Amino acid sequence: MHLKTFKGGIHPPANKLTAQMPLVTLPAPKRVVIALQQHIGAPCQPLVKVGDLVVMGQKIGEHPAAISAPVHSSVSGKVVAIGPVNFSNGKTVNAITIENDFLDTKTEPIGFGKALADLTDLEIRSMIREAGIVGMGGAGFPTAAKLVVPAGKKIDMLVINGVECEPYLTCDHRVILEQPAVILKGIKALMKATGAGHAYIGVKITMEGAIETLHEVVKMEKGIDVVPLASKYPQGEERQLIYAITGREVPSGGLPLDVGIVVCNIGTSWAVGRLMETGMPLIERSVTVTGAVKTPSNFIARVGTMVSDLIDAAGGYSEEPGSVIMGGPMTGLPQFTTEIPFTKQNTGILVLTKNEVQPAPMTDCIHCGSCIEACSYRLMPLYLAKYAQAGNTAGLEKYNILDCRECGSCAYVCPAKLPLMHYMRVGKGYITAKRAAAKK
Amino acid sequence: MQQEKLVIQSAPHIHSSMTTQKIMFYVISALVPAAAAGVFYFGLRALMHLLISILLAVLTEAVVQKLMHQPITIRDGSAILTGLLIGMNLPVAAPLWIGGVGSVFAIALVKQAFGGLGHNFMNPALAARAMMLASWPSFMTNWTTPFDGLATATPLAILKAGIPNTTALPTYWDMFIGNIGGCIGETSALALLLGGVFLIYKEVIDYRIPLAYIGTVYIFGSIFGADGLNSGLFYLLAGGMMLGSIFMATDYVSSPATARGRWIYGIGCGLITMLIRLWGSYPEGVSFSILLMNIAAPLIERFTIPKKFGEVSKKNAK
Repeated sequence: MHLKTFKGGIHPPANKLTAQMPLVTLPAPKRVVIALQQHIGAPCQPLVKVGDLVVMGQKIGEHPAAISAPVHSSVSGKVVAIGPVNFSNGKTVNAITIENDFLDTKTEPIGFGKALADLTDLEIRSMIREAGIVGMGGAGFPTAAKLVVPAGKKIDMLVINGVECEPYLTCDHRVILEQPAVILKGIKALMKATGAGHAYIGVKITMEGAIETLHEVVKMEKGIDVVPLASKYPQGEERQLIYAITGREVPSGGLPLDVGIVVCNIGTSWAVGRLMETGMPLIERSVTVTGAVKTPSNFIARVGTMVSDLIDAAGGYSEEPGSVIMGGPMTGLPQFTTEIPFTKQNTGILVLTKNEVQPAPMTDCIHCGSCIEACSYRLMPLYLAKYAQAGNTAGLEKYNILDCRECGSCAYVCPAKLPLMHYMRVGKGYITAKRAAAKK
Repeated sequence: MQQEKLVIQSAPHIHSSMTTQKIMFYVISALVPAAAAGVFYFGLRALMHLLISILLAVLTEAVVQKLMHQPITIRDGSAILTGLLIGMNLPVAAPLWIGGVGSVFAIALVKQAFGGLGHNFMNPALAARAMMLASWPSFMTNWTTPFDGLATATPLAILKAGIPNTTALPTYWDMFIGNIGGCIGETSALALLLGGVFLIYKEVIDYRIPLAYIGTVYIFGSIFGADGLNSGLFYLLAGGMMLGSIFMATDYVSSPATARGRWIYGIGCGLITMLIRLWGSYPEGVSFSILLMNIAAPLIERFTIPKKFGEVSKKNAK
């Protein structure tokens, strides 16, 4: 069978150690640390004070900006601290610490007391906003903002990203296998919220049982299809996913909206489905804890759990760790500490051994062209790396540095082991600085 | 939990197992069958040539880097490869010192003077061959027969000389297996093709350059040769065609890195080769054609940058 896919890309080893491990719901910890920014956009302002009593699902932080998402307490208990804590981006973030009373007293459900069929698109979007749902694939873009169709545009397709192309991670795979009906409910709500007549669920052919499971629940549904995709990285990158499924190229500098498409992660549709079922805001999510841990596992964990606790829940390190990465090995963020709070955006915690993170000897670029072949955006990483090193902004712009989506494919294949993705970021920094200066 | 010293590096945190060093040793191993065939046909003196060239290439690299206070990188295998190619480009009857001189020239002048690995603007081994051919033409065209070492001419030279009796030409089978006069490493098309298939299978080289090169020579040779399709085949099996198209033209540094650029480059190599062979004064054109295309490679590359993904104006979208 000829599978749909994109051009370029790479084939890193899948290492899906946890594909067979069912999702285990972890008990809530003694205290949770709720970061006030778990999304792209304006950071939340706290709505509570130290000493306040809060219930599970209570909104404790929000910001009125359109691009923002409120945060909620994931336990019931007492606010004990508000202030900066170490965060997964290597900096600090303001966070609210809550002492758990282990009563799990729940807040009033979000909703309008209506079934999905009776809700309007506006009501669905406001529920999603109120529930603090963000892109669950890792980017954390506020979902409600994404679903707003600007005047003059029309959305005809919803693309659901069930590809999970990062090696190691399996939390989406498990959600598909275990919660297909809830996912379906979420997809229906998302379709209604955008007015999309069709939904396509992209799933990688190598995700055992996923296509069959989803097919079983959608076969009676009109306008929802499962699309098997080739196993290639970065198949789950938004624009390449759209291209693989629909053949449409999102214009450079544009958005999926420009080709009539909204893309949501499968985890996002699960979160929306749960919201429709229970009315509870987003206070827990699925996560894969894998790599050099004793029992690589898939968990459902409360937002605000410490990452160190999640690693302990997976049996702790199996050997001395080299790097602890939030996310997958291709794009994840390495951490200097594990005393950081787990957030809505965390898809995985990957522990790599000292040996695995040993840098390979670097040589000069030998001009082999592997990076050009790997780049699904058809850029020239080898030129961009040289221009970034030289600070040559004219060259960086001419060769379209801003079109790079930082998937890491070029750096993965490079035989000279050049840190190409790092150079791409450096190069982008030069351009954004230049443009900011020009504005002044 | 005890806080360990954790490594912070830019993503991606995993990398392919391919390294520069591995690539060099893959190419070297792919050349081994052809080098062995050379030793088989031309005797131990051929092996001496290969060893001297390799030794001098590695030594030159180490000495130059030492003098320039740079890290010594002979372990990456690129100097060994250059030395091996130079040795394979010598007639066995040439004096033993000649490959050594070629290696010093290739490494010191063509490679290191321009910045070392990744910065040479032409293929160092080919530049050395051209230099040796220009400096010692009699040594470099002193061809002998396999096994018994009698003076002979290469098939291309026989054709060029216009000897009316074409029975002087070897059979295609002898040309295919390498039982003809020529440079140590270029005569056995069979051994070179084996190496080429291995490199393409291992994704070390791109099939585009050899395919475009070989295809162009075959078509051109068939049209303009005296004997139709047979001539096309003759031009493929004769001279340095296989060694050049599979191992020399595919040198990363001196060939375009873009897909379309590689087609154009391969076709260009083929055209120049055939122009020289058919109408030039030299019987053989592989080295010069590749060197000329080496110089054109950066320009070809600039003109063949792929169109980026999503390159449509926002207005025309949808």
